[in-house]
Amino acid sequence: MSSVNTAHSVVEPTPTAKRIAGTIVILYALVMMIPLAWIFLTSIKSPPDSISYPPKVVFTPTLEGFCNLFTTRTRQTPDYIQALPPPTGTCDEITRSRNMVIAGPSNYWPRFGNSLLIAFGSTFLAVSLGTLAAYGFSRFRVPLADDLLFFILSTRMMPPIAVAIPIYLMYRQFGLSDTALGMILLYTAVNVSLAVWLLKGFIDEIPREYEEAAMIDGYTRLQAFWKVVLPQATTGIAATAIFCLIFAWNEYAFAVLLTSGSAQTAPPFIPTIIGEGGQDWPAVAAGTTIFLVPILVFTIILRKQLLRGITFGAVRK
Amino acid sequence: MLAHATPTTIAVRVRGLSDRAIAWLFITPTIALLLAINIFPLIWAVYLSFTNFRANRPNAEVDGVGLRNYQRVLNDPDIWIAMQTTAHFVFWTILLQTVIGFALAYLIDRKFRGHAFWTTVILIPMMLSPAVVGNFWRFLYQPQIGLFNYIVSFFTGIPPSSFEMLGSVTLAPWAIIIVDTWMWTPYVMLICLAGLRSIPDYIYEAAEVDRASAWRQFWSITVPMALPFIMLAVLFRGIENFKMFDMVMLLTGGGPGSTTEVASITLKREAFESWLTGRSSAFAIILFVAVFGLANIYVKALNKVKQR
Repeated sequence: MSSVNTAHSVVEPTPTAKRIAGTIVILYALVMMIPLAWIFLTSIKSPPDSISYPPKVVFTPTLEGFCNLFTTRTRQTPDYIQALPPPTGTCDEITRSRNMVIAGPSNYWPRFGNSLLIAFGSTFLAVSLGTLAAYGFSRFRVPLADDLLFFILSTRMMPPIAVAIPIYLMYRQFGLSDTALGMILLYTAVNVSLAVWLLKGFIDEIPREYEEAAMIDGYTRLQAFWKVVLPQATTGIAATAIFCLIFAWNEYAFAVLLTSGSAQTAPPFIPTIIGEGGQDWPAVAAGTTIFLVPILVFTIILRKQLLRGITFGAVRK
Repeated sequence: MLAHATPTTIAVRVRGLSDRAIAWLFITPTIALLLAINIFPLIWAVYLSFTNFRANRPNAEVDGVGLRNYQRVLNDPDIWIAMQTTAHFVFWTILLQTVIGFALAYLIDRKFRGHAFWTTVILIPMMLSPAVVGNFWRFLYQPQIGLFNYIVSFFTGIPPSSFEMLGSVTLAPWAIIIVDTWMWTPYVMLICLAGLRSIPDYIYEAAEVDRASAWRQFWSITVPMALPFIMLAVLFRGIENFKMFDMVMLLTGGGPGSTTEVASITLKREAFESWLTGRSSAFAIILFVAVFGLANIYVKALNKVKQR
């Protein structure tokens, strides 16, 4: 004789509760987005607009920040600039209006390219190795498996700077300092521990019976792994790949200590972008905006896998 | 026996590589890579911590110094101050992130319209590079031109140029705590959300039958059931913030003075500026043992909570 035994769940919040919750969460989200919106706005401001007070929300957008990001410039006399042939493009025009001429391309795209190469290279390696090892740990009785797995995870507790000291010496010895290969190997090693842990969780969830059925049908274990287990694990592999990618894309400590020039990635490079008299904030903002775009796109496309991956990692430790 | 997991009836039918061979084939590359890039350097660091080696003088003679490096590190007041600074950061960031993160997760769990979309929006800060974002926050914190100071003065009336977040001894630590909280609250929120979603509906239904108040339900069901997840989030954030480096480096570089000099910054200074490789290795090992030990004690407590 209970009034709560209705068809729908009693724990469903009331419409008012939902509305209040929604308003608070949306307000929070909007306030937290202000710094990101500001990065984008600053990237299309002129340098004087970017440092005006009070901060300008209404201004004439310009590509100056992007031009300054992609080029290096030298100051010239107005007479010299007058004597030049007509400007060849927007950036040329903007640069000349500031009494400067373009001296050449900046290092932004090479550094961005390094980030792409190192992040995707190490993600691919970490996920490939991690999938194999996770399958091995999940399906076979490996001696000392628990100790090995715990040790694999504990390597992540060391501050990167602490690991960087011997890595620095080792890389100097083997000629891996400031090389993309060295960074790819390093990031792969850092990520593979997480990849094994996450993927083992996902593969544990796939019933063994699938492979056993496939093997009864005449598949070898390798074929069963390739044709049955891998397709089932796609979601987990995708989630793991995003985590590895986010780490490798964003990493700073190793990059700043182990690379100085040709293999430098974007995170240590962007803060070094300076104009005349300190940081050129529109250029820094432009560099930051471009750098954030790939990871934002990934987050939005793969948000479902991402949510599963994080919660999965949480549930499984 | 390696291949024990497969029932013998099926194992007989397996052709090609044996299971044992496959297990090794699959696991060895990862173990080899970890040995080369994680374990070997770790052992090397242990060795270096007993010597007076300096990386900027590779040809100088290397002498064993026994435990002297450890003695020096543990007796160095600067390092103890850095440890206190680190503890201060870890405490406040965890407290703020847990309270705000849990509150957000609780609200999102009300499943209002569009909650999936707004969850994704809230997640964005944690996807970004702490270094790149930290660098930009330096701009937001500028006393004369920064947006942060403008907004604060807009709401409080305090003149924006009268407080300098990054240059003031009292405010600089908070400048870092604010950015870290901005960035990592979503992470705590997600783990808490997983915890809240794991509570079965029937428990609330039973409480409803017993006419337990909403307040009572929150403290007797929601919080205890989500506690293992909250503790897990605290563990992850604790380990990460113990290692905190990039954000501090770009926001304050450890200054003003040494008010924001956390352990990683001290370590970087000793290892890559003073080039005291042996000594800094000893410091690194001490840090590792400390975080490893604390994490282990904590995990034991966590397991107790889980079993309740």
